[in-house]
Amino acid sequence: MSGPMVAARALTKRFGAFVAVDGVDFEIEPGEAFGFLGPNGAGKTSTMRMIGCVSPRTAGELHVLGLDPAHDGPDIRARLGVVPQEDNLDTELTVWDNLMIYGRYFDLPRAEIRERAAELLEFVNLSDRRDSRVDPLSGGMKRRLTIARSLLNRPELLLLDEPTTGLDPQARHLLWDRLYQLKRSGVTLVLTTHYMDEAEQLCDRLVIMDNARIVAEGSPRRLIADNVTREVVEVRLPIEADLDFEAARLKRFGDRIEPLADRVLLYTDDGDATAAAIMSEGFEAGSVLVRRASLEDVFLILTGRSLED
Amino acid sequence: MTATLRILPFLSWRRRPWRLVERNVLAYRRIWYIFLSGFAEPLLFLLSIGVGVGKLVGDLHVGGHLVEYRTFVAPGLLAIAAMNGSLLDTTFNFFVKMKYSHTYDGVLASPLTPRDVAVGEITWALLRGAAYSAAFLLTMLAFGDLRSWWSLLALPGAVLIGFGFAGVGLAATTFMRSFVDFDYVNMAMIPLFLFSATFFPLARYPAGLQAVIRFTPLYQGVVLERSFVIGDLHWTLLANAAYLVAMGVIGLRIASRRIGLLLQP
Repeated sequence: MSGPMVAARALTKRFGAFVAVDGVDFEIEPGEAFGFLGPNGAGKTSTMRMIGCVSPRTAGELHVLGLDPAHDGPDIRARLGVVPQEDNLDTELTVWDNLMIYGRYFDLPRAEIRERAAELLEFVNLSDRRDSRVDPLSGGMKRRLTIARSLLNRPELLLLDEPTTGLDPQARHLLWDRLYQLKRSGVTLVLTTHYMDEAEQLCDRLVIMDNARIVAEGSPRRLIADNVTREVVEVRLPIEADLDFEAARLKRFGDRIEPLADRVLLYTDDGDATAAAIMSEGFEAGSVLVRRASLEDVFLILTGRSLED
Repeated sequence: MTATLRILPFLSWRRRPWRLVERNVLAYRRIWYIFLSGFAEPLLFLLSIGVGVGKLVGDLHVGGHLVEYRTFVAPGLLAIAAMNGSLLDTTFNFFVKMKYSHTYDGVLASPLTPRDVAVGEITWALLRGAAYSAAFLLTMLAFGDLRSWWSLLALPGAVLIGFGFAGVGLAATTFMRSFVDFDYVNMAMIPLFLFSATFFPLARYPAGLQAVIRFTPLYQGVVLERSFVIGDLHWTLLANAAYLVAMGVIGLRIASRRIGLLLQP
């Protein structure tokens, strides 16, 4: 396909008076890993559901795989893989039967499904659980099974809504590893997340969403370069400290500062020099940390809020 | 042509709804024994009411035929079983899958549509109901209660009753908020069960009530089945059948729309 995998213009979703997605524009190219980054309630999931053709748009234009979800929902869904935010595996069926029936929903022949299901269970490390029911599986296992299920129809476009939320670090890394492999094999990935590290690790390009709108767009590196200095100095403050007073005191050390609840961030191009200057002012060495700027900082600067709030 | 086929799920040439039937076969494969109650229940009714109470009641006239009470009541029990069976799958079971197991959230991410879900679940309910009805008809045959070759229509008749109630049941369930609302289903079913000319002839009801009963849904099914089994056919049966078809079609329409609104907001 020559055009974009997904193209949205002024895409809008309203639930009654509530505006969940407020006129967003974006395009997702074949083969790229594209992310929607933003806090809870920013409109990420509503956007994903519209792309997945399970939620009609209120206004604007949307094309998925060159087709219009309003008319071609089943045809589009036949070519998508979907990993929803909440696992919706069939709890009345075993791991194996979950895959078998899902393949049937896509009208695949049984022999073909059996072959793919065995491969996919291997791919997500669940071969030994094929006859287990779904309920006793751990959160990470359910997620992996959901991913295996989403790949049965060999999708051209894989939609992942907060794929690693609620997983332990080990399970997250296993999932990321599998998503890398999929990306390498040419599948276009679209994912939402509120984890910065996930977005930085997985996404070639992303948009930052806040309050139903897109506030920035670009590659993680581009976004950081365009919006933040190279490095950040974090100064942790004791609980009894007067935040405003300390922020005023620190102001002159950075190009820009951002006071948070328990610490102050200073944006600077030379972290070590700034840190040294701060410590010479009498701040304890243990409470001053130099790090590279991240997407978290981009979000903070663009919205004035931390993502975790 | 297309429109006609679309409203009859069991004749549908489209494959997608059948995937839901396959799904249910997989789900029930391991707990097949719960189907036994569906076979046993009408049989127990036939033995207790038909045979037991029948001994006390004696014979009665139906459309000019003098029949035993058991022969009179059996087609009523068949109609009740068809109603109960299809309502179980389309109300309680459907509600659990929709609200608690989120089964359809996964289904609808595939090419299947809300309408496929509605048609699929109704088709499943009808297949299950048809199996129960067929077994019950064989029992009636063994008792000698099938008095006419028109009895061959009793099985399609039971499926039609199932279709009517399945459509309405599915549509009603999309409006339910919690299990408490299922009391309304019982509230509707019990009077229908008792007072649809199931256990005694319509002529025994007060005149005012007779007019009301003529317009209740289960009555249509009871009239159909009793006429087929006894071989007492008349043109008005077409109206009874049309009533059930309308219930099913309208219910299916509403259910498809509502499933879309609820699960694909």
